[in-house]
Amino acid sequence: MSSKKTFSIGGIHPDKFKITADSPVREAGLPEYVYIPVKQHIGAPAKILVQKGDKVKVGTLLADADGIVSADVHSSVSGEVTKVEDIEGEFGWLETMITVKVEGDEFEPAIDRSYDVIKDIPYTPEEIVQIIREAGIVGMGGAGYPTPIKAAVPHEKKPDYLILNGIECEPFLTADDRLMIERAEQIIVGAKIINKVLGIQNAIIAVDENKPEAIEILTNISRRYVGVNVQVCATKYPQGGEKQLIQAITGREVPPGKLPIDIGCIVQNVGTVYAIYEAVMKHKPLFERIVTVSGDACARPGNYLVRVGTPASFLIEQCGGVSEDVDQVIFGGPMMGTSAVNINAPITKLTSGILLLSRRITARPEEGPCIRCGKCVDVCPMGLRPFAIASFVRDNLYDELKPLRVADCIECGSCAYTCPAKIPLLDYCKLGKYELKKSK
Amino acid sequence: MDNLILLNVLILGSIAFIAAIVLYFVSQKFAVSEDPRIDKTEALLPGANCGACGKAGCHDFAAACVKADAKSFANLYCPVGGAGVMEKIAALLGFTAAKKEPTVAVLRCQGTCENAPEKINYVGIKSCRLANRTFIGRTGCPTGCLRFGDCVSVCKFDALHIDEKLGIPVVDESKCTSCGACVNMCPRRLFEIRPKGANGNRVYVACRNTQKGAAARKNCKAACIGCMKCAKINPEIKVENNLSYIPSSVSADEFGAELVKNCPTGAIVCTKCSVEDKE
Repeated sequence: MSSKKTFSIGGIHPDKFKITADSPVREAGLPEYVYIPVKQHIGAPAKILVQKGDKVKVGTLLADADGIVSADVHSSVSGEVTKVEDIEGEFGWLETMITVKVEGDEFEPAIDRSYDVIKDIPYTPEEIVQIIREAGIVGMGGAGYPTPIKAAVPHEKKPDYLILNGIECEPFLTADDRLMIERAEQIIVGAKIINKVLGIQNAIIAVDENKPEAIEILTNISRRYVGVNVQVCATKYPQGGEKQLIQAITGREVPPGKLPIDIGCIVQNVGTVYAIYEAVMKHKPLFERIVTVSGDACARPGNYLVRVGTPASFLIEQCGGVSEDVDQVIFGGPMMGTSAVNINAPITKLTSGILLLSRRITARPEEGPCIRCGKCVDVCPMGLRPFAIASFVRDNLYDELKPLRVADCIECGSCAYTCPAKIPLLDYCKLGKYELKKSK
Repeated sequence: MDNLILLNVLILGSIAFIAAIVLYFVSQKFAVSEDPRIDKTEALLPGANCGACGKAGCHDFAAACVKADAKSFANLYCPVGGAGVMEKIAALLGFTAAKKEPTVAVLRCQGTCENAPEKINYVGIKSCRLANRTFIGRTGCPTGCLRFGDCVSVCKFDALHIDEKLGIPVVDESKCTSCGACVNMCPRRLFEIRPKGANGNRVYVACRNTQKGAAARKNCKAACIGCMKCAKINPEIKVENNLSYIPSSVSADEFGAELVKNCPTGAIVCTKCSVEDKE
């Protein structure tokens, strides 16, 4: 094991709050209805294949990918399709969702439900990409980029690094941590599957040092697999950002507007790798994921295996419900997640956590004047100048923003977290980014 | 000591003299001859440099006017200066000014504090454009006014203000030059430039909600529900996607009162109609 690596510029050390790190993953159970959105990824919404009244099983294809940048959507429960219409999502906007009334729990016959680890990969790379596509797998780290595109890289662009992102730098979240502890071998086999597709022999599992149990288990198992190494990284936010992780491990920087593959790297979240393993070895499409339910206002925090489409409120009920203490319900992590408008919104393939936060954490103190201390510049992992961006955005001077590279902002929120004047710098950076994109 | 001062005066003086000669010849050699009418035209313009005419600024517009022939001049119009300024420019350049109706910006939303109470708490920066990216809006209406006043901040003529009681922006008709800055700023495109109408009387649908009636009314009492009643009064009125649109060709004097009276939600606004008590 070599020394701890980390990215070179910026970064912060927020309180960890990993209160669920020791609670094993439990099944969340089945709600009465699930609401499955047809767009849980970047790109075009999937084309709906079912109608009201259709009977579906767990793993039945509900909607088919529309074009290359899109992903299949499968049923996560068995039962009857009762509605195909627009339902209020987590931000209040209407999204097209397929409502399924749960009846029993009958799986598609092809799905292997045993927990045995299968190690031999009987497929060719082309077959594997096809299986990944048909399983509707998307990047589960949060962006939701359809995985088959990332896996099927053109031959002239052969990568030399496959990095498994086991860094969970957001406070509270422990879903990936628990996955690495409980399904370590499956993840490593998953890495070998991706290796086969990419035509390379090595894989690096990056784990941050505050997960000793996961590091130990992964290191022990990885000794039995040639080419798979565990790399311990320093605990620093946002270490789990794709660009930050590549820089930490390889020392290479992704140029603005380019993809990691352009500098010979492929990064996959461990959750995605596990989903790939299950799709290839167990014929199981992506219809469930591990979700951390936590927060300082959560009565019974824990990690749950949740079917996609389960209303967040069903999960919250199991964890003690929404008490008076709760000020905001966050989908995702506290740093980059979004405050939900509607807690009946469903868990999607991308929901890594549901956080119930009290006013102690969510309170936004009054904004003071900028004292030009430069702390936001110090912590920005992309080397931007958030204070300057904020002042131009405030005055609607969008032409001035171009040289400040605001389009490179990864929206990690380190600047706003650090600012001693409590200026909501992230809000300004986001606004500048959107406006600049619009004017192009 | 005296010599030093004298020397300085001589050296600096001679440098200045040589520089003056050089500058004189350079300015003669590289002089840019510009049509003097451009400056005269620019002097007539309001000088706001707002870009509402579609040109880069007032000077650019003046240059375009001077360059134009009688036909293309008819396409040039300064919305800020209005017909008066265009007549003066036309007189200067020897054209006849095209008649254009005076216009004004109207807000196509009545999501006031009373009609559409706030249901959702929002703690981010007070910017409509960011809020629109973040969530549906505090009232729950997907097309309604977000009430943070991005339009107010972009108005160069002090014609827009958030009314404290209503919670939504109100257009000051006397100051609005219909430059269109608010139209482009509003992330929900709630402003429309419409003809002021005869005696300032105009009728329009102050709503952009395309949801079905019940869903629209859930969030706002004054939402258009697409009931088609207005379309029966005047066939020019079209209802599409559960939303009615009254074109400016519908006379407010003739139909305004009837339209307002028959609208079940009050989504139709008429500025100067005398409507008997609607109950």
